[in-house]
Amino acid sequence: MSLTRYAGAAAFMAVALLAVPLAAQEEGGELVQYHAMLADRFANPGWFFVDRGEALWKTPAGPKNATLEACDLGLGPGVVEGAYAQLPRYFADVDRVMDAETRIAWCRQELQGIPFEETAKKAFSKNRETSEMQDLVIYIAAMSDEMPIAMPTAHPKEQEAIELGKALFYRRASMLDYSCATCHSNDGARIRLQKLSNLEDPKQAGPVVASWPTYRVSHETVRTMQHRMWDCMWQMRFPDVAYGSDVTVALISYLTHMAEGEPMASPSLKR
Amino acid sequence: MKMVIKATLCTLGVGLAGLAEAADVSAEKVEALIEAAFAHAPAEVRGRVEQDETLRVCTAYRDNPPDDQWDAILEREKARIVYPADGVLMGDWKVALKEANNGYGWRMRDIPERVVGGNCYACHQLTEAEVGYGNLGPSLLGYGKDREIDEELIVATYNKIFNAQSVLPCSQMPRFGSNGFLTPEQVRDYVAMLLDPESPVNK
Ligand code: HEC
Ligand code: HEC
Repeated sequence: MSLTRYAGAAAFMAVALLAVPLAAQEEGGELVQYHAMLADRFANPGWFFVDRGEALWKTPAGPKNATLEACDLGLGPGVVEGAYAQLPRYFADVDRVMDAETRIAWCRQELQGIPFEETAKKAFSKNRETSEMQDLVIYIAAMSDEMPIAMPTAHPKEQEAIELGKALFYRRASMLDYSCATCHSNDGARIRLQKLSNLEDPKQAGPVVASWPTYRVSHETVRTMQHRMWDCMWQMRFPDVAYGSDVTVALISYLTHMAEGEPMASPSLKR
Repeated sequence: MKMVIKATLCTLGVGLAGLAEAADVSAEKVEALIEAAFAHAPAEVRGRVEQDETLRVCTAYRDNPPDDQWDAILEREKARIVYPADGVLMGDWKVALKEANNGYGWRMRDIPERVVGGNCYACHQLTEAEVGYGNLGPSLLGYGKDREIDEELIVATYNKIFNAQSVLPCSQMPRFGSNGFLTPEQVRDYVAMLLDPESPVNK
């Protein structure tokens, strides 16, 4: 798969994209407008992050001065193509279910000697900046482009992760008494003018999950699913949820299971 | 009345069908996950992740509690309502109307000195002028219009905003006062916003 097919117009389009007034983004169907303007999903600044991620993956780094190329993302050491579409999954070497981000952070620790905690601390960049993890994750996701989501469910811990994620989805807590379902279980619901996806409906969950990681226009950078989980929980007034925790992995497992069969479409473009 | 309300809750996506499935994982396991994921949270906010009895029941029944639990929640939540020391339940609608559009406050790294907003617009229509409203709650446009603003209505409105579940168990509306999100003095400003004839809500 060529990751360079988008080059050309991308730089120009990235500038044009960021020039769209924020007001326009507030309207319903904001992404439709962008897509119409861009015409082509390969003219998306997210692909620059993909490029950087690929370079990071293949460049020796960390105390062990190693690359990540031997990382086993579930399809065997060194296999990146199609791996993201089959994550989260159970990994016998850690005896737990991991999503793509948690696994990549774990590989950095095992192969490169970068402690998981170090990676976690720097995983989310500020707006208009990026992080090594954001670049790496979107690279791995892009290597599953157009492949149907197929999270394995044969292992009992995979089934359990999905069930736990579902239970967490409906669990109400913190200062506003919200659960994920408060905002994400109704068709046509809005918070202010912001449309809310009904994630109980596989038809809606599919395109949502398949389009992460994404280039978030309002953040001017790439954001990942771990970030989206943290972000919604931050809005719910939770303390910061631990990166790669069983809570975020379970929620992502549940959502990914709901998205079964949807072709991956990352990088995408979102508000 | 109760049946009607419960039926409405059902259409909000909390049908009973999912309940049996949800029981597949134990609540203890879920709580253990939560405990671990927030173990490093600062002590002053860590308690937020825990559920009180009411939220435990609402979660277990997907917001559709059986009759005995329904009554227990009403009783428990009514007992948690606190009124301003001076007993005045109608405040300044102007203050509340401004903060009804404000989603700031109590998030990690929010500055404590800044005003905490009730953000009612996130879920409710309030005035003709503001079109940027959400629809998780009913429209409150004209809430106090053509109504007798007597003590009973004022108290009922205060109670609803201070603790939504003292009126409707497992409501999706936050228990603003009882959760310490808004102070009693702030809550009464929102009462005025909804009931004061001068408030744009009633124009
Ligand atoms: C107070 C409302 C609210 C709550 C509660 C909430 N979210 Fe969100 N969520 C939003 C908003 C607003 C967005 C951005 C708009 C959108 O895309 O739906 C969003 C976006 C998302 C997205 C990305 C949607 C997309 O189109 O790409 C996912 C996935 C998501 N939330 C999952 C969750 C999960 C899981 C929880 C519970 C831990 C949760 N949310 C709780 C409001 C909420
Ligand atoms: C997360 C969404 C949400 C937010 C935020 C919210 N509400 Fe509500 N509210 C609801 C829902 C849902 C209902 C209907 C169910 C109920 O009565 O509890 C409701 C009902 C009400 C009612 C009763 C309406 C009636 O006709 O009986 C009042 C009054 C009210 N809200 C006031 C407010 C005020 C004032 C604020 C801001 C301080 C606010 N709400 C914020 C969701 C919300």
